[in-house]
Amino acid sequence: MLERLLILSAILFCIGLYGALSRRHVIAVLISVEIMFNAVNIALVAFSRYVQPAAFRATGEVTAVAESTVLAGQSFAVFVIVVAAAEVALGLALVIAMLRTKDSVDVTEASLMRR
Amino acid sequence: MINEAAVWAIVGLPLLGGLIIIAGLRPWTQSLWRLSGYVGIGAMAGAFALSLWALNSVRGHHGESVGFDPHSWVTVGGDAAEGAFELTIGVLLDPLSAIMAVVVTGVSMLVQVYSLGYMRKEADEHSGKFVDYPRYFAYMSFFTAAMLGLVLAYNLVQTFVFWELVGLFSYLLIGFWFHRPAAAAAAKKAFIVTRIGDFGFMLALMWLFSHRDEFLVRGQNPFEIPDINSAAPLLSAGLVTWAALGLFAGAVGKSAQFPLNTWLPDAMEGPTPVSSLIHAATMVAAGVFLVARVFPLFEASSSVMNVVALTGGVTAVLAATMALATTDIKRVLAFSTVSQLGYMFIALGVGAPGVALFHLFNHAFFKCLLFLSAGSVHHSVQTFDMRYMGGLRAWMPVTYGLTIISGLSLAGVFPFAGFWSKDEILAAAWAVDPSAPGTSAVAQIVFWLALIAAGMTAFYVFRLIIMTFHGEFRGGIDAVPMDERIPDEAHNHVHKGESPTSMVAPMLVLGVMAVISGAAFNSVTKLGPVPAHWFSHLFNEDSPELVAWIAVASMTVALGGIVLAIAIYGLKLVDLSRMPKQWHALNRVLEQRYYMDYFYETLVVRRALFRGVFLASDWLDRKVVDGTVDFVGWTGRNAGKWVAQLQTGQVQAYGVGVSVGVILLLWAYLVRS
Repeated sequence: MLERLLILSAILFCIGLYGALSRRHVIAVLISVEIMFNAVNIALVAFSRYVQPAAFRATGEVTAVAESTVLAGQSFAVFVIVVAAAEVALGLALVIAMLRTKDSVDVTEASLMRR
Repeated sequence: MINEAAVWAIVGLPLLGGLIIIAGLRPWTQSLWRLSGYVGIGAMAGAFALSLWALNSVRGHHGESVGFDPHSWVTVGGDAAEGAFELTIGVLLDPLSAIMAVVVTGVSMLVQVYSLGYMRKEADEHSGKFVDYPRYFAYMSFFTAAMLGLVLAYNLVQTFVFWELVGLFSYLLIGFWFHRPAAAAAAKKAFIVTRIGDFGFMLALMWLFSHRDEFLVRGQNPFEIPDINSAAPLLSAGLVTWAALGLFAGAVGKSAQFPLNTWLPDAMEGPTPVSSLIHAATMVAAGVFLVARVFPLFEASSSVMNVVALTGGVTAVLAATMALATTDIKRVLAFSTVSQLGYMFIALGVGAPGVALFHLFNHAFFKCLLFLSAGSVHHSVQTFDMRYMGGLRAWMPVTYGLTIISGLSLAGVFPFAGFWSKDEILAAAWAVDPSAPGTSAVAQIVFWLALIAAGMTAFYVFRLIIMTFHGEFRGGIDAVPMDERIPDEAHNHVHKGESPTSMVAPMLVLGVMAVISGAAFNSVTKLGPVPAHWFSHLFNEDSPELVAWIAVASMTVALGGIVLAIAIYGLKLVDLSRMPKQWHALNRVLEQRYYMDYFYETLVVRRALFRGVFLASDWLDRKVVDGTVDFVGWTGRNAGKWVAQLQTGQVQAYGVGVSVGVILLLWAYLVRS
């Protein structure tokens, strides 16, 4: 089951990467980035569910340290969702700023840092 | 008995005089310009008095020096006690330096008195231009001070320093009228040509220093002159030979000997009193003095002695032949000086430094006088070209008489000064032991060369006298075509009359010396207060024997030259314009000084140096050195340009790059594990 979830995660990540690198519309790029985030989230949650922490394997008993690592992957996924929300808010603000200055939402035109 | 401070003052007084003039008088010269001449003369008179005192102090020393210990100057490599090398500074007072100091200060003083009159026109040419007059006297004082420093130096490094200062001030004085292109060029030429010889001097110093162990094991110093002289017979042959040759190269440059003789005739572009001082005592005498100063070093190597004698002999004849065809009065005298210096080197080369110094002593007086006479003539006719003179004795009786006296002295006619020293040189060359290996042939050759040169000397000096003072007056400056005149003197006019007293008076003093200096100071018998052979005994040399047949022969040759000159130029028994073609060709070769200047300037400097060496080094500099530097810069700039093209500003392109990189890293990681 873990492999299937990881394959799903990889496929999603590749779709997101392809979209982020190939789409010219800023919003589409942002959506693609979101897809990549979520691919990562799937991987995190899958590992959290199917992979036993090393602390359990070594001793065979439940210690405070081992217990605290059980849900680490799932809580990390929650953090990622929060950060992604913030990133989207920032990204949309950038989109609006770009629309105002360049009157365009095409990322290939955002090349002011070029030499 | 003189003390050390007084000897230092001989150098210091003219130096002080020069400083007073240049710093104290020249800035306020509007009212005080006249003082500068008197300051210079006063300082020189003081130095002259001290020199006489110094000479009196060394009289009883039989050629030994008065022992003034040198002072430490620079110590190299730790404490002096630990065998470190110590450079000293001090004064060396012996008969040689005392005689030189007397001659230098005496002649310089007289020349400066003469300059009061001769340089008078530099002061107030209706325009309020007063700065050149003090500048002249300051240079004269510095020049003499440098020469005195050279003469009294205790070690060779000190000699070298003053040697270069003499070169510097001769440059400034020859180029005194620096606004004339010819004078500026002549000054440069004098400086550069003598530098070629000075390079040899410097190499000799380095050679001595690199062989200092040979001195240090004896507790001696490789630069101190007394140490060199006492150690010379014991040193290794290679050290002695190369050191002596290097020093001789310096002497050849300074004394304008063949092959570095080309600068001296050009040095005539300076003011006439300067020429007089340079030729009599100050500059060219330095070469002879240097060889005499370290004479044991030369004596220790017979091959170097031969080189010295042959150089002297060749120069004596070569310069005399150049003088035969020259029409510029000062240039004739310049060639004559070169020739007479050749005689001094002959004397040195055959092992008679006392005789060489005696000739230098006599020569200083009569050559100085001849130059001052030429200046006096110029004062009247405003040109130096003898083709425009003639008949001057009508209004310049004193100058005429003094020129005759100094001419006879230069020609070596009994009993004038030149006769005695020239005869001693010939006798010394003849007296070289024929059984000594290697040297006898050279001594014979230079004897005959000297005898030939003696005849030519008499000829050219009387040619000069006749062309200048006899016959019809040919117009002076007024007859010189406008385009041949120096711009400064384009509007001068002849004034028929004797020169002012300030010019004639020093000439009279020199005239007396030109007559008696030979007979009185090295007389055959006791003369009143002067003992017989005073000069020779001062140098602790044997009394020269007067070889009757040599004296008669040199007299005959000299009189023959005089008669020939009178016959050709005075009585016009030979029509020079109707001589065969070969004669004119020879005349041209002599006028062009055997094309030596052409050879040096056109062939050596312009062709070989400018187009060869300099061009090659220029190419090397441009292509190799600059090329390397440029290539490094080009590489950086172009590499940057190429890399910068990757920066497109397209975020997605960067993203592709990052992705590819990550994939490559992952692939590498997987392949490795």
